[in-house]
Amino acid sequence: MAILNTQVNPRSDGFQANDKAMRHEVMKLRELTAAISQGGGEKARARHESRGKLFVRDRIDHLIDEGSPFLEFSALAAHEVYESDVPAAGVVTGIGRVSGVECVIVANDATVKGGTYYPLTVKKHIRAQEIARKHRLPCIYLVDSGGAFLPRQDEVFPDREHFGRIFYNQATLSAEGIPQIAVVMGSCTAGGAYVPAMADESIIVKQQGTIFLGGPPLVKAATGETISAEDLGGADVHAKKSGVADHYAENDAHALQLARACVSRLNWQKRGQLKMQAPKPPRLDPSEIYGIVGTDLKKPFDVREVIGRIVDDSDFDEFKRYYGDTLVTGFAHIHGYPVGIVANNGVLFSESAVKGAHFIELCAQRKIPLVFLQNITGFMVGSKYEHEGIAKHGAKLVTAVACAKVPKFTVLIGGSFGAGNYGMCGRAYDPNLLFMWPNARISVMGGEQAAGVLAQVKREQYEREGSEWSKEEEEAFKQPTREQYERQGHPYYASARLWDDGVIDPAQTRDVLGLSLAAAMNAEVQDTRFGVFRM
Amino acid sequence: MSQTDSRTTPFDTLLVANRGEIACRVMRTARAMGLRTVAVYSDADANARHVREADEAVRLGPAAARESYLKVEAVVEAAKRTGAGAIHPGYGFLSENGAFVQALDAAGITFVGPPASAIAAMGDKSAAKARMANAGVPLVPGYHGDDQDDALLKSEADKIGYPVLLKASAGGGGKGMRVVEAPEQFQAALDGCRRESQAAFGDTRMLIEKYLTQPRHVEVQVFCDSHGNGVYLFERDCSVQRRHQKVLEEAPAPGMTAELRREMGEAAVRAAKEIGYVGAGTVEFLLDKDGSFYFMEMNTRLQVEHPVTEMITGQDLVEWQLRVAMGEALPLQQEELTITGHSFEARLYAEDPEQDFLPATGRLERFAMDLKGAGLDPRQVRLDSGVETGDVVSMHYDPMLAKLIVHGDDRDQALSTLNRALAALDVQGVVTNRAFLQRLATHPAFRNAELDTRFIEKNEATLFAPKQYSIEEYAGAALIGLNQLARECESDSPWDRHDGFRLNAPHTIRISLCDPSIAQVHDAEGVVVVEGTRASGADPWDLTIGGETLTARLQHLEGDAVAVTLNGHRRRLQARRDGNVVVMVDPRGETRLFWRRIDAIDHGHHEAESTLTAPMHGTVVALLVEAGQKVEKGMPLMVMEAMKMEHTMTAPADGHVESFHFNAGDTVGQGDVLLEFAPAE
Repeated sequence: MAILNTQVNPRSDGFQANDKAMRHEVMKLRELTAAISQGGGEKARARHESRGKLFVRDRIDHLIDEGSPFLEFSALAAHEVYESDVPAAGVVTGIGRVSGVECVIVANDATVKGGTYYPLTVKKHIRAQEIARKHRLPCIYLVDSGGAFLPRQDEVFPDREHFGRIFYNQATLSAEGIPQIAVVMGSCTAGGAYVPAMADESIIVKQQGTIFLGGPPLVKAATGETISAEDLGGADVHAKKSGVADHYAENDAHALQLARACVSRLNWQKRGQLKMQAPKPPRLDPSEIYGIVGTDLKKPFDVREVIGRIVDDSDFDEFKRYYGDTLVTGFAHIHGYPVGIVANNGVLFSESAVKGAHFIELCAQRKIPLVFLQNITGFMVGSKYEHEGIAKHGAKLVTAVACAKVPKFTVLIGGSFGAGNYGMCGRAYDPNLLFMWPNARISVMGGEQAAGVLAQVKREQYEREGSEWSKEEEEAFKQPTREQYERQGHPYYASARLWDDGVIDPAQTRDVLGLSLAAAMNAEVQDTRFGVFRM
Repeated sequence: MSQTDSRTTPFDTLLVANRGEIACRVMRTARAMGLRTVAVYSDADANARHVREADEAVRLGPAAARESYLKVEAVVEAAKRTGAGAIHPGYGFLSENGAFVQALDAAGITFVGPPASAIAAMGDKSAAKARMANAGVPLVPGYHGDDQDDALLKSEADKIGYPVLLKASAGGGGKGMRVVEAPEQFQAALDGCRRESQAAFGDTRMLIEKYLTQPRHVEVQVFCDSHGNGVYLFERDCSVQRRHQKVLEEAPAPGMTAELRREMGEAAVRAAKEIGYVGAGTVEFLLDKDGSFYFMEMNTRLQVEHPVTEMITGQDLVEWQLRVAMGEALPLQQEELTITGHSFEARLYAEDPEQDFLPATGRLERFAMDLKGAGLDPRQVRLDSGVETGDVVSMHYDPMLAKLIVHGDDRDQALSTLNRALAALDVQGVVTNRAFLQRLATHPAFRNAELDTRFIEKNEATLFAPKQYSIEEYAGAALIGLNQLARECESDSPWDRHDGFRLNAPHTIRISLCDPSIAQVHDAEGVVVVEGTRASGADPWDLTIGGETLTARLQHLEGDAVAVTLNGHRRRLQARRDGNVVVMVDPRGETRLFWRRIDAIDHGHHEAESTLTAPMHGTVVALLVEAGQKVEKGMPLMVMEAMKMEHTMTAPADGHVESFHFNAGDTVGQGDVLLEFAPAE
């Protein structure tokens, strides 16, 4: 037992100011999320529902176990990316529990551009499949899509991670024994036809779902045959003639009920094995994270105050507490699951990097999942550190992070800059899931530093030319860079581009991690083989 | 009156030929008197409480009563095997079976009860009335003849004038008994009575009586010994009945004068002496508003409700029975008997008052009464129970679980004790009439002793009206329910929670709350909907109840204690959960509310109402129509019997029965489809 004590004074001015600022960000996030969850807007939704179809989020509510959580991914996808609004990139993805089994759900929102695939729609769909693979979760596709968004065909069709990858994933996921279930609730045209066709089991809704490689207009153009969509590839065709669909549903609700029944027949067993403890809520109040962290990245805080508000019973068993103390490492439980926590508490030095590598080795050896809490400006720079080999020590941490095969979860709770992002299991290091807090920022370096570096280069250029560069000119030169970094480093910008799996309310972190860990336990925890550590 | 030798032989071992609370109660006194106790049991009762408490126990046979507790040879054999010198029959089963008494006489075993001749004299109700008339005991107008022709019975009924009461001559305990309000109902009632009577007593003879419209059921406890002594231990009022089954009893009867008490008491002793009675007996009278009383019948056994008499007289009637059976004289003379205070008995049944008192079965997850916690004096509260926590209530026998008996200095005080004791009764796992008893006992008309045998029917509207709860009670229960849905600490997986967790979105849950006795339907009267919203687990709930919104927070304290804070008002209370019933106890009392999450989602796809299913385990008694025959909505299609009660399946609409899935005599399980029904187009 190592119960964390808190030094926080919730009545202090600093705390109150932080709390206010963070709550403001959380409110903005909730408002944006609420707006996005309306899909393509009232009119489109009314039209959609007038045909007896359920709205995409209602479909998910019908599909998952009553009242159970839905851990949605990347609700902010495509936010302010395209010339017109594409809320949630037109596809809702996430993990939900269906008939007692955690499943990845990929559900087209036909109220958004007819459910067509923008580049980020494709990316989000594929990301959901990756999550399914990594966590070994059955996939349920609620299909209602007009296929690729044709004006951007060059960004959705040809490349490795484009449309074709969806079906590649279906085939290879199925090959890994991960069930693929498709529910055809609207169009599945052209490439889209392969979603049900590639599925292990498929369900189609009467007078509503259609599957065909070429729709009536194309058929007419190609062969002159005039045929209705229903007669060409409706439920009666596919459930009774072609055999493309396996189950015939009366309506959306029935189809989703059939999907639930499909999952109940999977004979699904979780394979993860962790020594659980009875879950206990933290002793410290999670909502105090707001006042501890705030939104000003320049204000430091002790990350243990955050850990104490995320882990069970606020019980954190720290490893190497007095060595390399800018990186905090230790064991804890979240919702009863054992985890190893790696959290920044300042800039990374050689010692902290080596300590992190050591701790990750321990967790990999013991098959304990890792949770990274990123708040990192980067590795220390300067001759002293270069000479002592901080690059190779940092490389040890990066190697350990990259190779560790235990489930890894990353939360960006502050800054995520430069190589610190790598050492702390950034997106490129394939964490099972990665989330950002609304106060977090991500970029290759801080905006101020980037502006400074660029200004330095510019100044040298001026000096070579022998000309003057005034303070005002320099400031004017730096400002756009700062602004660019602030804009591009913002969590909404990142999340819109799927650099993460979602922006989350800090107070929900514990629940999000708990749900993620529980979902990850569908897969067996793999043995790790590390690469060469440069000594 | 002289007795056979076998009746006066002293004995050291007593076999109790019964089960449930009465077996336990008889054995308690027997043990106190230094007797060895022997229980008997059916397969369904192999581990029942009366078996556990007895010194020895002998198996009689399978669960069905006629193959076990009603099987004379098996009981006699059990007595012989265990060397029991006497048998106490309890009530019901063999307690008024003359053949049984004769078999015991033949085997030289003492029967703790009257001689066979007395049972026979009272067992045949028609003959009994004739003898009572001789003894000068007043009688209700009626037909008690041997001619059982349908038409004759009908004409006799017409002659007496409706309403009339149809009763099995051999009957008792409400079985084979029906009120006929109008001539056109006579034939159907006669058929039903005969069927029940045949099943229960193997006899179809009926008697008809004038049905008094506002009678009270007042009965007199009598006791006779084998030396010719007879006393009465005053009266009991058992007017609160449903389906002729007593629910609440009390002694003494309210509003009795000393004179009337003496008149009725002496008439009762005369009745007993007329038939050479020995032991404990009860003479039932109907007491009309004008103070005239009519002999109804004599129960030649110890009554279920005997404890109220014990409470006001300070006597142990079972001890009296055993002493009389041992040949001793009555312990007290009439002038030595006095009434002290007032007593009530409430019968706790495993049944659902809201579903027409449908008997309930299941495992008792908890059966306890915390007298200390309720601040009750153990000398004033007695719980005669045949069950304990963990026991299974089966479909095979009478659904009475226990009797709660209280005593007070006067009626008001006893009633207040009864109410507190009922609240302290903690029964979980099986539906009971506990809340209904509370409503009865708190009913103003009952408090004012406005009693008659149709009390429940008359006060139906108010008795079944749900209790009114305060907004704080609803909010407290809702909060506890919502907390259970969030299940932070109760599960291995956070996916088990049911609070509708969504990222960055306040989640809203709607739950319905109602009195636990109400049928659990969302739109029913008395059901309140509470909407709870919160942004994250770290925030308090916003509860909206009937247009009012409260900020609510629940904090778990030690044990069952919680703190409920509503709009800044913090209250500490004990909160328990009994399935979906929240039980909240604070110094002001106890509140029970049933809660359920309102499913936003209708997952069915409901099948058309084309089938009728069995409401419980039971036996099919009769198919009343032919398959294919056209029927009108509400017409009886099939009769099944469960827990000794008949249940009629009626047509859900105009149409016809496609097919029956069972025949008469078949056993059906709960939920079995009984028949396919095709509604008319």
